[in-house]
Amino acid sequence: MLVLIGILIIIAGFVLRFNPLLVIMASALATGLAAGLDIAAIIAAFGKAFNDTRYVSIIWIVLPVIGLLEAYGLQQHARSLIGRIRSGAVGGLLIGYLLIRQIFAALGLTSVAGHPQTVRPLVAPMAEAAAEAQNPALTIAQREEVKAYSAATDNIGLFFGEDIFLAIGSILLMKGVLDGYGYQIEPLHFSLWAIPTAIAAFVIHSFRLWRLDKRMRAPAERGA
Amino acid sequence: MITLGFVYVLAGLTFALFAALGVADRGNPKRFGNAAFWGLLALSMLGGDALGDFGNGLLVLALVAIAGTGQIGRPPGGDVPPEVQAERAARHGPFLLLVALIIPAVALAGTFLFKWLPGLADPKQATLISLAIGVLIALGVGMARLKPPLLLPAQQGRRLLDAVGWAAILPQMLASLGAVFALAGVGEVVGDLIGTAIPEGSLFGAVLAFGLGMTLFTMVMGNAFAAFPVMLAAVGMPLLIKQYDGDPAVVAAIGMLAGFCGTLMTPMAANFNLVPAALLELKNPYGVIKAQVGTALPLLGVNILFIWLFAF
Repeated sequence: MLVLIGILIIIAGFVLRFNPLLVIMASALATGLAAGLDIAAIIAAFGKAFNDTRYVSIIWIVLPVIGLLEAYGLQQHARSLIGRIRSGAVGGLLIGYLLIRQIFAALGLTSVAGHPQTVRPLVAPMAEAAAEAQNPALTIAQREEVKAYSAATDNIGLFFGEDIFLAIGSILLMKGVLDGYGYQIEPLHFSLWAIPTAIAAFVIHSFRLWRLDKRMRAPAERGA
Repeated sequence: MITLGFVYVLAGLTFALFAALGVADRGNPKRFGNAAFWGLLALSMLGGDALGDFGNGLLVLALVAIAGTGQIGRPPGGDVPPEVQAERAARHGPFLLLVALIIPAVALAGTFLFKWLPGLADPKQATLISLAIGVLIALGVGMARLKPPLLLPAQQGRRLLDAVGWAAILPQMLASLGAVFALAGVGEVVGDLIGTAIPEGSLFGAVLAFGLGMTLFTMVMGNAFAAFPVMLAAVGMPLLIKQYDGDPAVVAAIGMLAGFCGTLMTPMAANFNLVPAALLELKNPYGVIKAQVGTALPLLGVNILFIWLFAF
């Protein structure tokens, strides 16, 4: 029973916003002590696991390439591609963005779009303008809703696209944790099993965007 | 034969370069902390196998001490001015996207090629080795065409990594914690506890507990990565994988995505949910979460169903 203290420390530490690395170390030490290991053995066990799972952190070798491409305008180019989505309708526009965001993320290009990069300067204003064209009497509450859906669409596209990329942090984390239990699994298997959910996310969220579109066409009956 | 060792050398040299450039960055008051952090990571990549288990443990303690005392960080700035980027994008745009696509294309192609032609590279690590080769090719092609200053990729890469900061090793730390949990038998204990809560022999009950657990833990902690080792130790490993013989790749991959549904519904994931609301100047700080719940809940149901259908 006592070994569960590590789980409590993780939860409490993350909720109380301590530095997560400190929380993880404290959890490992407490768990090991509760299991009857001495401090040196716990440090060695953690060190061995850290060394065995170094591949989890090798994804950062892509940063010089990303840095080079971004210095030469990759983000601007991605933005101009998104700006070319030709849909007068708020639903069609956001569904198009959802698809582009999922595809980019699945290719490992998670940082070419995002809230500061694309949503605020591009997607939200385009969506608001489209909604306004559909319904000139757009209320403030409806404007808020369109903007909130723009941000939501970015998050959903990112979360349910990125796990298809072979070497994203979460995939390597899964590989690392399962390695610790003696299961050696290729990253490709995790990637492939992320595809059904990616499709489901696209279908469900597109349906909701279509409903949003219909709401924006109806004359506002309630609200300010 | 190319092994993971090649990838570790490449990563070690990259981190060492970041550390060296970091220490030379006089404008950053935390430059020594940054340099020490990336330098230790370089040491781990290059010489981890020679350090011994306890030595590696001390290295981790040093990393945690540097991060935990707030010694790493950087002032904003240092990126290429937007006008210059826009002008360059107009000239190079499609080429940039092409170079970016080299990395996933080579990673995928290499994964199959190295399996098909054994002896070239360690088939068990084919993806990671191919990824590293893809990075080298992309960098070579990009440098040849764009002809930037020699150190520009390293400087810009360092800028991006400094912005990530200590979070860069969070997944590796959580994976290591998972190993300590496994050693201490956390899974067995929680498994026994949960076992009493789940109707005996109910596979669907166990899948439900795993999926909901991932979502709830993620909502509480604001982080699916942190919830993963906990829920895998508690339910995924003892029940779904060991007792019911579920496919570990399915349980892990879709379980993580169930956690992502939780990320969509919690203010604890401030970066994704609260910061954009502020950025878009929404009146309701929870407006983005409100827009996401209607997608997250049905998708959670779909994920639980998918684990049940595909893993067994």
